[in-house]
Amino acid sequence: MAAQAVIEARDLSLTFATGDGPVYALSKVDLTVMDGDFVSFIGPSGCGKTTLLRVIADLERASSGSITVNGMNPREARMTRAYGYVFQAPALYPWRTVERNVGLPLEIMGLDNAAERIRRNLELVNLKGFEKKFPWQLSGGMQQRVSIARALAFDPKLLLMDEPFGALDEIVRDKLNQQLLELWGRTQKTVVFVTHSIPEAVFLSTRIVVMSPRPGRIIDVIETNLPRDRTLDFRESPEFLKIAHRVREGLKAGRSYED
Amino acid sequence: MAEAVAAISLPAPKGHAMPVAVVVAVIVVIWYGAAIPMNAVLADPRIAAAGGGFYNTLAISWSLDRPVIPVPHQIAVELWNSVFLVAPWKVKSLLYHLWVTLSSTLIGFGLGTLLGIALAIGIVHVRSLEKSLMPWIIASQTIPILAIAPMIIVVLGKTGLPDVLTKAVISTYLCFFPVTIGMVKGLRSPDRLALDLMRTYSANAAQALWKLRFPAAVPFLFASLKVAVAIALTGAIVAELPTGAVAGIGARLLQGSYYGQTLQIWAALFVAAFAAAALVWAVGVTERLNQRRMGGRP
Repeated sequence: MAAQAVIEARDLSLTFATGDGPVYALSKVDLTVMDGDFVSFIGPSGCGKTTLLRVIADLERASSGSITVNGMNPREARMTRAYGYVFQAPALYPWRTVERNVGLPLEIMGLDNAAERIRRNLELVNLKGFEKKFPWQLSGGMQQRVSIARALAFDPKLLLMDEPFGALDEIVRDKLNQQLLELWGRTQKTVVFVTHSIPEAVFLSTRIVVMSPRPGRIIDVIETNLPRDRTLDFRESPEFLKIAHRVREGLKAGRSYED
Repeated sequence: MAEAVAAISLPAPKGHAMPVAVVVAVIVVIWYGAAIPMNAVLADPRIAAAGGGFYNTLAISWSLDRPVIPVPHQIAVELWNSVFLVAPWKVKSLLYHLWVTLSSTLIGFGLGTLLGIALAIGIVHVRSLEKSLMPWIIASQTIPILAIAPMIIVVLGKTGLPDVLTKAVISTYLCFFPVTIGMVKGLRSPDRLALDLMRTYSANAAQALWKLRFPAAVPFLFASLKVAVAIALTGAIVAELPTGAVAGIGARLLQGSYYGQTLQIWAALFVAAFAAAALVWAVGVTERLNQRRMGGRP
């Protein structure tokens, strides 16, 4: 069976009106994300990568162009709870224990089998045994894993991740990248991942969308065609470096390295 | 001196007993000293009759029956007599009067808290309510309670409402305000991410309120409740003044001033102060217990 398009954006633009005049956050973006893809948006600050993710999630409205998520408009998709969203910060509710944080979407959506879903997803992010802890008792990396388990708790087919590991140190980030890759392999989710780290984007993605600022637009889309079961060592390989080089060229072409 | 003041206003941790004791001692010394000139009008003739002298001055100035200003040990004796030596259900007992005032206070505090929370929820959810209600809410607090209390009492008295509830209305009137202000701030305290998260779940307003906004507002609520409970007591006492109430701390104050019973007034004031401190303390204890339940750091 041919893979289906999960996200389709055509000629998508978004302009914010500010006191200093309009800001062109997104300009004529075309993008297709297929079922089972791991797509990364990479680019410097202000290139619209987070904005694009927020448009997909119906947290922002596009000014013009069209976008569908699971064949619906983003609002309908949000209403049918089509996606799980992982923010830059864990955004755990500090008065809830780990298990009750993961159970939050289940409570809101009124899903049954909550205990089982919580157990399964905490196991998926290797946090078995931490159910009764409060967020402040966990490290930053563990908190972000809880937030991933929370996004997966209601089993959405699409996972939207907005620089989820941006605030973590590099060692923790490497470990979580590997775990995320395993998780993706096991769950067959479609993942859209925003990052500003080239190694992270190349290591994780099946496709890399290189973006540039002012106005936010897509410069290059790179198919990586890498084996699915890659380890951290893979980042030393020539294929890896070749793709990383192409990403950097794309960023350069978008004048991302200029002041 | 600044350190000593801080030591009083904060719950004194270990090692701060000394500054507190020093401040109390200074106040007591000033009090005893000031009592001599302040009571001079009443005491001087008797001191002269007793032959004058330092000892007579102190002994007589500090033991008048109806002094202009009683000294601490006189108040302590009066408190002891009216709290511990009288059965608490007798009219002579301060505990009886305290209970009368306290029952209005607690009812008013409860109603005021509910009203305050309800107003805050309305204001946070309906933009036009903020514009339309806020001016009235603020205006209500600029009117001196002493001016408006008699009117409220008289109007409500005509409706046949029991006294305890009429007085509770005054408490409610005073104490809903800090709760509203605190809760509006608290309900708006969740950050963008926390709210966006609710949106990604397509949570409705009620779910966002009970699962996010309200829990986030709890620390603000408790800060407001500490203020509210103390002014609820003030409100109940003030409500007893214009009505000629026969029972309650306010009634004791009023009777004391009619008959020049300064000891009775001061004893009632001290009981009111202790009660207020106990109420604020009780709110603080509830806050700490709740904090533990809500995962606060120890």
